[in-house]
Amino acid sequence: MELTLTSDQEALVDAFAGFLAKESPPQAVRAAEPLGFDARLWSKAVEMGVATMALPDGGAALLDLALLAELVGRHLAPIPFVEAAVAGRVLGEQRQLATIALRPAVDGVARLVPAAAVATAVIALDGNELVVVEGRPLPLAANMASAPLADCDLHAGERTVLATGAEAVARHARALDEWRALAASVLYGIAASALDIAVAYAKQREQFGKPIGAFQSIAHRLADDATAVQGLQLLSRKAAWALDDDPTEGGRLAAMAYLWGGEVANKVAGDSLHYHGGYGFMLEYDIQLHFRRAKLWSVAMGDPRAAYTRLGYQLFSGAA
Amino acid sequence: MNFASTERAESFRAEVRGFLAEHVTDEVRRRVEETGTHHDWGLHRAMADRHWIAASWPEEYGGLGWGPWEMNVLEEELFLAGAPRDGMSLTMTATNAIHHAGSDEQRRSVIPRVLSGEILLCLGWSEPDAGSDSASAKTRAARDGGSWVINGQKMFTTMAHEATYVFLLTRTNTEVPKHRGLTMFLVPTDTPGFELQPVHTLGGERTNITFYSDVRVPDSARVGEVDHGWDVMRVALSYEHGTSWGAHLERLVQRGAAWARATGRIEEPSVAERLARAATDAEVAMLLGQYSAWVGESGRISDVEASMAKLFSSEALVRHSGELVDVIGPEALLKDGQPGSVADGDFEHAYRQSVVRTIYAGSSEMQRNIISQRGLGLPRG
Ligand SMILES: Cc1cc2nc3c(=O)[nH]c(=O)nc-3n(C[C@H](O)[C@H](O)[C@H](O)COP(=O)(O)OP(=O)(O)OC[C@H]3O[C@@H](n4cnc5c(N)ncnc54)[C@H](O)[C@@H]3O)c2cc1C
Repeated sequence: MELTLTSDQEALVDAFAGFLAKESPPQAVRAAEPLGFDARLWSKAVEMGVATMALPDGGAALLDLALLAELVGRHLAPIPFVEAAVAGRVLGEQRQLATIALRPAVDGVARLVPAAAVATAVIALDGNELVVVEGRPLPLAANMASAPLADCDLHAGERTVLATGAEAVARHARALDEWRALAASVLYGIAASALDIAVAYAKQREQFGKPIGAFQSIAHRLADDATAVQGLQLLSRKAAWALDDDPTEGGRLAAMAYLWGGEVANKVAGDSLHYHGGYGFMLEYDIQLHFRRAKLWSVAMGDPRAAYTRLGYQLFSGAA
Repeated sequence: MNFASTERAESFRAEVRGFLAEHVTDEVRRRVEETGTHHDWGLHRAMADRHWIAASWPEEYGGLGWGPWEMNVLEEELFLAGAPRDGMSLTMTATNAIHHAGSDEQRRSVIPRVLSGEILLCLGWSEPDAGSDSASAKTRAARDGGSWVINGQKMFTTMAHEATYVFLLTRTNTEVPKHRGLTMFLVPTDTPGFELQPVHTLGGERTNITFYSDVRVPDSARVGEVDHGWDVMRVALSYEHGTSWGAHLERLVQRGAAWARATGRIEEPSVAERLARAATDAEVAMLLGQYSAWVGESGRISDVEASMAKLFSSEALVRHSGELVDVIGPEALLKDGQPGSVADGDFEHAYRQSVVRTIYAGSSEMQRNIISQRGLGLPRG
């Protein structure tokens, strides 16, 4: 076990963090609403190589991508980094902006596909076929999180079958494992930045003659949150690492990291908002941005509780 | 960055597992359960023979030079095996402080007997009116010529009935702020004036009240400087706080899963969901424990990380032992040996026992104070 980043990883993180700090400040995040996409930011990120490095021969480990996803979460960057990375790894190329449907299609339609309102290719599991459908970005399904969701009719564009039967299912499942691991990293980033905001506010805001962070009921909940955030960082990084290096554990850890990440991000964003008092409820304050996004990331695949149940079957009964 | 365990640690894990399978017999477990003394001399001495009770110490002091990482493996395996470990961990908390702050003579006379497994030490810190705020201790030590006379009472002096010494926190000065008037002693438990009374607890574990009536010890029994006992305590507390119960939770998950498969109840969504949640928290708890160990290994002080591991793992243990009892139903509460009892009564036992994990070795509130003040830099209340 070696928990320091390698010097390469550190350089990668520094470069991307610097880039997002400059290019994706809260004003830019707000300006990108309601679509949740900043085309200029994305093309700069692509120029930096963050899309191509995700490719199977792009030289990055999934853990490296996880580190970038953390920063996407931290800065609430309006770019489809996770979607493009996962889709790119399925297609083996980054010719265009591709994304992937998280839930199997019903009657040939994949509903509320992340980034489908900005992508030109959507990968989906349609019955026993893994398909990619190319076309123009689809109409935005306006949503609370200001994310570029769209419904995708899988027969309406140029449809290519990538795989069928067991292979289709397996490739889709692998892609979803990767998505879960990277989504957990995004959730970690959202939670970590929500915590930072809460702590800074609790030090500065005074009531009853002292900073509100001196009240134990606040300090203690933030201590619980800090603990959960630390645990999530470890679990999400371990999941990404394991998908490359410890395949028997990867799927299990990715599922855990994603589910737990959803709980942590929602709780920490909610606590942080709460400890802003009425100001947290004002659109002018940033914490509402975290609050809205955490919920979408955590519910994107459907009911987390049902997913915990499936995980339980998978881990402990041997049945799927 | 990688999460792979080292080959050395894993080969050590296999060795520990084999050793514990041999030494932590059902008979040992039964005796622990019956007496409430979470210590077994046979196991303890067999571990001492392997230099495992102070394995983190350098070889020249009788250890094996293991890092926190290997120590974490040892802890994990002790929990997974359900091994009694209180005697060892209390003793080593005191011994680490003595190693750090004791006199040469104390190091020479006490430590070798500890490391050989011959004797145990216990911790006399808490008092009726001084628990979390242990620095407000009132047990008085007064100088009388070349010796000290001690009077007072300590609560929860666990293992005092097996220990050769109490590592005792006393007040030597009432004229100064509370942290600056404390002094530590190593008091032999056969000293006249020392008495103890057993205390039985919800978890089944026996502890003691200890009484000190004109207990006279020579100045050579003092550990550290007069009135500077808190410096010594801080060293001891940093060892004490470093406990993670993640592996105990993992043991419950494994036993719960075995029960669910054997009874077919794994088919029920609420059972599967609960087990998955418990397994997830166990993973997080173990990672936090490993992280704290890793921070220690890289030479930094891991106080905040240790507090996080202790806080999360103990709270998760309480939460999930309750949840697991719920999914199993009233059968979970049957005592070991009762017809129909589940997993040797492990769940009813865990339900009772886990409560104390959030109280001793720094209660959850104390851990949250450390995390919020030292970790997050929030002001004191
Ligand atoms: C089984 C068992 C074994 C033990 N073994 C030992 C031993 O070997 N040696 C030894 O010295 N002690 C031992 N203890 C004592 C243990 O360390 C204390 O119980 C613990 O420190 C709490 O002290 P207390 O019981 O006096 O509770 P108190 O300190 O009175 O706390 C009561 C409650 O108030 C909370 N609280 C206290 N202060 C604050 C604060 N500042 N902010 C917020 N909340 C606060 C606590 O978290 C707790 O919930 C043992 C206890 C038990 C139950």
